Amino acid sequence: MINKNKISNLKKERRSFLKLTTFSVAAIGSSFAVWPFIDSMNPSADVLAQGIKEFDLSNIEEGSSKTVKWRGKPVFIKHRTKNEIEEARNVKLSELKDPQKDEDRVLKPEWLIVVGVCSHLGCIPSGQKVSDAKGDFNGWFCPCHGSHYDSSGRVRKGPAPRNLEVPKYKFIDTNKIKLG
Amino acid sequence: MAKKFKNKTLAWLDYRLPIFSVLKEALVDHPTPRNLNYWWNFGSLAGITLIIMIVSGLMLSMHYVAHVDLAFDSVEHIMRDVNYGWLIRYIHSVGASMFFLIVYIHISRGLYYGSYKSPREVLWWLGIIIFLLMIASAFLGYTLPWGQMSFWGATVITNLFSAIPLVGDSIVTWLWGGFSVDNPTLNRFYSLHFLIPFVIVGIVFLHIVALHKFGSNNPTGIDITLKEESIPFHPYYTIKDLFGLGVFFIIFGIFVFFLPNSLGHPDNYIPADPLVTPEHIVPEWYFLPFYAILRAIPFKLLGVLAMLGSILILFALPWLDTCKVRSCRFRPIYKQFYWIFIVNFFILGWVGSKVPEGHYLIISRICTGYYFIHFLIILPLLGFFEKTLPVPANIFKEHNKKK
Ligand code: HEM
Ligand code: FES
Repeated sequence: MINKNKISNLKKERRSFLKLTTFSVAAIGSSFAVWPFIDSMNPSADVLAQGIKEFDLSNIEEGSSKTVKWRGKPVFIKHRTKNEIEEARNVKLSELKDPQKDEDRVLKPEWLIVVGVCSHLGCIPSGQKVSDAKGDFNGWFCPCHGSHYDSSGRVRKGPAPRNLEVPKYKFIDTNKIKLG
Repeated sequence: MAKKFKNKTLAWLDYRLPIFSVLKEALVDHPTPRNLNYWWNFGSLAGITLIIMIVSGLMLSMHYVAHVDLAFDSVEHIMRDVNYGWLIRYIHSVGASMFFLIVYIHISRGLYYGSYKSPREVLWWLGIIIFLLMIASAFLGYTLPWGQMSFWGATVITNLFSAIPLVGDSIVTWLWGGFSVDNPTLNRFYSLHFLIPFVIVGIVFLHIVALHKFGSNNPTGIDITLKEESIPFHPYYTIKDLFGLGVFFIIFGIFVFFLPNSLGHPDNYIPADPLVTPEHIVPEWYFLPFYAILRAIPFKLLGVLAMLGSILILFALPWLDTCKVRSCRFRPIYKQFYWIFIVNFFILGWVGSKVPEGHYLIISRICTGYYFIHFLIILPLLGFFEKTLPVPANIFKEHNKKK
């Protein structure tokens, strides 16, 4: 009797071990199998390829800005005046919500290049045209929920948590940039 | 065994495929409390509206093109060139509003008569799941015409996910299939918009299975114990439901034929422009209360959590409400809080349509606070402190008392 019990107990243990291993292998296997489906929803190769674009800056006069479309988003190219540069550089870092030096946000001080998408919920701030509302800090103003950005594209007031993003770019000529 | 069907062919078929006896049980014989009032019409109305949405959506899908360059024009093509296209589109867009109206009333009925209480918790959960799927479906559908509100609504709502710490931005990119709301986004939104209503049909089926396990609740909220308290569903409730359907169709018709755009936003007749944000982004009216909760809170992540929480909290309702008595009829104090809650919800909807500044912001904060206080403090405490009225032994006793 005792022997029989022992054997059936052993069998039970073996069975639960087999169950456990089978289920874990199946679970791990199927989570690997799911990945291609999930990843298929990520940006495809052609969308990624669109991510690189060149722009000519020569016809943007000092004091004005231009909006170009890159990766489906507006990019603000601002030819800053001396005043605007100084304004941006004279701010104490401690006053900023997302502290960042103006020097770290530009390659050349007169050219500020930022993605024109509010870091709150993705609206496009106004301030590109001379007549636009530029907010309290002489940069941009997001009408959706009232975020103010300064002449370096840094958030100064409102619900936006971060500064306007600086995209990856480089100067390929004195007046030509490559975005992406 | 008693013969279920006189018709021999039907009996033969049902013997092999018992779907007909299931239908007969559900739509003809099903014993139903005889005291149901008109608030009980809204379940069947919701079901019929779901069918209307699927049929009209299917007809639209034969003409609609899910591409950023063609979507807006294809909807205009439906409106102008397709035979009765205008009718089908208005049925679909007004129908979405009607669907929400009906389901909001249906949920309020449940709240008033305590239909979420034991043993109907799972029935209640399934209902909330349907509501969540409806929200998803309507949001996705609204992006399809690719107007300004479509585009910017989709942008703002998908950006909510960026509030998630660490992985938020990758999730948003994944949702978009790109770096902004664009063609891949529109395509997948269309796929999902097509799919979700059929998932809803599946959940509705489970909802009804759960319903028929214990039968409908009724205005007194008491369990049905006597045979005479029930009547067969057909013809009594089929007729009552049909009558309600007639009234509903009149209201639906008034909107479809005379006020088709009154429930929507005119900006959606401007083609989507990724470089210009409309001055004031508002969702469809049926999302306004939740939108108000989102914007009431100044921190992005908390706002998103509060908005989600305001719906998810309904899952816990059967346990947050500690009172054993179901119906408001015998809960004089809860009844008052119920109406305060409803008014509060309307105020939330109203501030949701305003720019969140100044006193609108303050109102939205107070109402958001109250919304949660209702569920988390008032309901649990009421169960202990409220003195409920005596509950009748059966539904006839309650009627006699009234007379
Ligand atoms: C739960 C059910 C459904 C809801 C709540 C719903 C909601 C919506 C909404 C709000 C719109 C935007 C209407 C507008 O402003 O023009 C829409 C559009 C659309 N829906 Fe649905 N829908 C549902 C089911 C379906 C189904 C089952 C299909 C396909 C079989 C479908 C296909 C379409 C198409 C093609 C459009 C774009 C045309 C248009 O905008 O008028 N829908 N839907
Ligand atoms: S999206 Fe800019 S402030 Fe909200």
